[in-house]
Amino acid sequence: MRTHLKMLLGAGLGLAVGLGAAGGALAEVESKDPIKLTLHDWTGQLITTKLMGEVLKKAGYNVEYVQADYIAQFAGLKTGDLHVAMEIWETTGREAMDEATATGKVENLGETGMQAIEEWWYPAYMKEKCPGLPDWQALNDCAEAFSTPETAPNGRYLGGPVTWGGFDDERAEALELDYEVVHAGTDAALFAELESAYQRKAPILLWVYAPHWAPIKYEGEWVEFPKYTAECYGDPAWGDNPDMAYDCGKPRGPIWKVSWAGVKDKWPGAYAAIKAFKVSNEEMGAMVAAVDLDGKDLDGVVADWIAKNEATWSGWIK
Amino acid sequence: MAEPALDTTAPKPKALPVSPAALTWLLLGLATFVLAHTSRDLSKALDARWLVKVPRELRISMKTDISAFMSWLVEDAHFGLFSFTDLTRGIAWLLEQPYDLAKAVLVSGFVQGLGNEAVQWLPPLSWIAVVFVVAAIGHYAKSIGLAVFVGLCFLYLAVFGQWDSAMVTLASILIAVPLGVGGGLLLGIGGYRWRWFDRVLTPVLDLMQTVPIFAYLVPILFLFGFGPVSALVATVIYAMPPMVRITTLALRGVPSEIREFGTMVGCTGRQMTWRVLVPSAMPGLMVGVNQVIMLSLNMVIIASMIGAGGLGYDVLTSLRRLDIGGGLEAGVAIVVLAIALDRLSQAFVNRPPPEHGETAPSFAKRHPYTLATLAVILATGLLGLVLPVLQSYPATAQITTGAFWENLVQTINVNYFDQLEAVKTFMVLNLLVPVKRFLVGVPWPWFILLVTLAGWQLGRWKLALLCFLLSGFILVNGLWTDAMETIYLCGVSVLIAAVMGIPLGVVAAQNQKAGRFIGGFIDTLQTLPSFVYLIPVVMLFRVGDFSAMIAVVLYALAPAVRYTAHGIRSIDPQLIEAGTVSGCTRWQLLWRIKLPLALPEIMLGINQTIMLALSMLVITALVGTRDLGQEVYIALTKADTGRGIVAGVSVAFIAIIADRLIAAGARRARARLGLAAEGGR
Repeated sequence: MRTHLKMLLGAGLGLAVGLGAAGGALAEVESKDPIKLTLHDWTGQLITTKLMGEVLKKAGYNVEYVQADYIAQFAGLKTGDLHVAMEIWETTGREAMDEATATGKVENLGETGMQAIEEWWYPAYMKEKCPGLPDWQALNDCAEAFSTPETAPNGRYLGGPVTWGGFDDERAEALELDYEVVHAGTDAALFAELESAYQRKAPILLWVYAPHWAPIKYEGEWVEFPKYTAECYGDPAWGDNPDMAYDCGKPRGPIWKVSWAGVKDKWPGAYAAIKAFKVSNEEMGAMVAAVDLDGKDLDGVVADWIAKNEATWSGWIK
Repeated sequence: MAEPALDTTAPKPKALPVSPAALTWLLLGLATFVLAHTSRDLSKALDARWLVKVPRELRISMKTDISAFMSWLVEDAHFGLFSFTDLTRGIAWLLEQPYDLAKAVLVSGFVQGLGNEAVQWLPPLSWIAVVFVVAAIGHYAKSIGLAVFVGLCFLYLAVFGQWDSAMVTLASILIAVPLGVGGGLLLGIGGYRWRWFDRVLTPVLDLMQTVPIFAYLVPILFLFGFGPVSALVATVIYAMPPMVRITTLALRGVPSEIREFGTMVGCTGRQMTWRVLVPSAMPGLMVGVNQVIMLSLNMVIIASMIGAGGLGYDVLTSLRRLDIGGGLEAGVAIVVLAIALDRLSQAFVNRPPPEHGETAPSFAKRHPYTLATLAVILATGLLGLVLPVLQSYPATAQITTGAFWENLVQTINVNYFDQLEAVKTFMVLNLLVPVKRFLVGVPWPWFILLVTLAGWQLGRWKLALLCFLLSGFILVNGLWTDAMETIYLCGVSVLIAAVMGIPLGVVAAQNQKAGRFIGGFIDTLQTLPSFVYLIPVVMLFRVGDFSAMIAVVLYALAPAVRYTAHGIRSIDPQLIEAGTVSGCTRWQLLWRIKLPLALPEIMLGINQTIMLALSMLVITALVGTRDLGQEVYIALTKADTGRGIVAGVSVAFIAIIADRLIAAGARRARARLGLAAEGGR
């Protein structure tokens, strides 16, 4: 065993020398400690994070990817166990993010350039059965078309997991929609129902968000509710229903980047690069589709973007 | 209250089956039914809203207290020299070392340097080497046959492209299992040695087994940091209890002659434990080891949610992409891994003790297989540097059946959805909805009264007090409606599982071939991560309680089958012969003799089914149920320690009430049938 080990050690060292020569052109960085970026469980976030990670690697930083829960990660960001989280959605993560930044141990590094859209959505073939769409006022005329045996004569709207919030129960009531709001437990269940309905061209009305592969894979539209304003959620008098709030659509908002507050002092260069990071919904949508729909390797898609967009990312790390 | 009539002599088949107690319960049941359907009007008529809605004054803020305690523990708790978090982080570091080693050996190789400067100076074991090593272990434990079998299992992992993930999973199993076994052994010995320790330990073990894992994931993350170590800790907590129980049982089961022998030759306490008792209890202990392995593999999916990676992560990400085939293949890989490890550990249980020869031949002669294995490791490692095929299985030779499964689900979906929908609607309207209305309708004071009364009848004041306090806990924490939803979903699922499982068990017991087939089927159902079939079920039955129920039934079926089969198999053959002699038909034999005699076992099986059903609730929360499982899940996603623990403990309390009541009932049934007391298996 000993000799075996030594031989391999020799081979390994030879390899090391070779690699060192290849990567020798790297700039000096402030700290060689790995910067820990968190990975969650949806493809878009994996891509965003890997893009950032690969760019940081180009700048000479050591990068480590850590699997962590979307909300639970804030505990780690506060203590410095984790360093960077690349996607905190205005729509689902605002509360947790504000709580964390208020402690001073977590810092908001600005927008990623992507805009989160979350709204009621229907497949395009439903437009034949309900020509008034996408205007929300058509929904009540088509409640029957969107119903299932359990909800008839009311329509059925499949909302996101309870944890996503979104005030859909309140919205249905405030806008007097004849719909029953059913909550899926996870987005996997949510899109499983969509896939099933789409295969059968069956009626479905559900919560879809972007950037995500679903609105790319399936043809369809978002329902147009009265446009969201802060007053709509806060002030019952606003909008169609004088007695209730939430008589409007959902807010759209940026997707934020956050980091452990210590990143600024420990890796100032990386800090600036993360702050500068920006991609658009379209770019991200294309990459998500390449991975989830065409079955391409995620790391390959990321490498491809890096190769094609040198002008963009070299600006972040200069 | 009349004397409990169940105590009286054996039931006379022709006599009226109504005893005073049964009559009381019949009336109580009727009253409950009426109350459940009129409670709303009743509360309005009496102006007593508290009947249907738990009044605010009764609630306490245990959630916030627990959360506050937790943040104190994480941020402020201090032992003078170091803080509590330092301690847990130290433990995490200690655990990380062997894990990193195992991972390096199996997956990543030994690496020098950080990040992109990392250089691998020693590759991981090649796939050929690993296959060879497990085959060699199989041969050592039993036979060439087993060696071929486990070798093929691991080969499957390579051929189906699951190798790297499977090795990550295996690495964490390799660390979690010894920890679970070692810790369980020590605690079990403690329980055997000191009565008081056993008494303290039993409720703790009950909680460990019944509190849903999601409930304590958040505190574990806080204390042990993010990453595989937290997942390891959670796995060990979940997988250890059976080992503790089995250790205590096995040590108690050591024949007294052996113990006396130990005393006679003058063993010290330590020698007695480690040289006499533990070796003699070895076969029993190995059953515990087997359980730890199985439960650890059960945890794979949940562990991957907090950073364990591996096969569980593959299952999750595939299903999030609705890649049903991919999810299934990764799920089956978990089953295959479980089967291979299970067979290996079973073989060690049955392994004949080594013969102690007088002369020691040379090392090479004594260990030909060890040497051969080392040679293979070396050879593939070295050749792998030149021929990558030998190091990692070539991607081009991998097979996938993913498309087939996807098409299958699509075909069923497109062609049979309406039929399935009809069945579902029928079940929902005629079974699920009425049961739910009934349970949610029962006024809470009445329900607590009933549970307490049941406790009193089956176990007198001790059990009555337990039932009262535990159900009271759920009430004062404001989780009453959630708890009723939980009981409804579990109750319906257990009912269906029993209706399906008991006949399957009867068939399995009476026909060996069918028995083997059924056994394999339920084993697969239990090890296959439920997430794998949850998503196709949602596609066919939509989000909701019905889909959740199917998942629970599939998972919880196994014990109903197994215990029924065991109960019928272990009936004294003389009794059956007596039946045959007196001219019973096969049907009579089954209904009049076998089933009544197997009843206590069947009840224990139902008990286990309830436990499994409750443990599935957290998973079914993922398809949108509104019960305690959902409450735990919400707490997890919001990282709310207190809320999660309170809801989790409530689930555990429901489980404990059910368990104690049924166990007491089974004990009575045994006594009535004149069977030996339990514990002697």
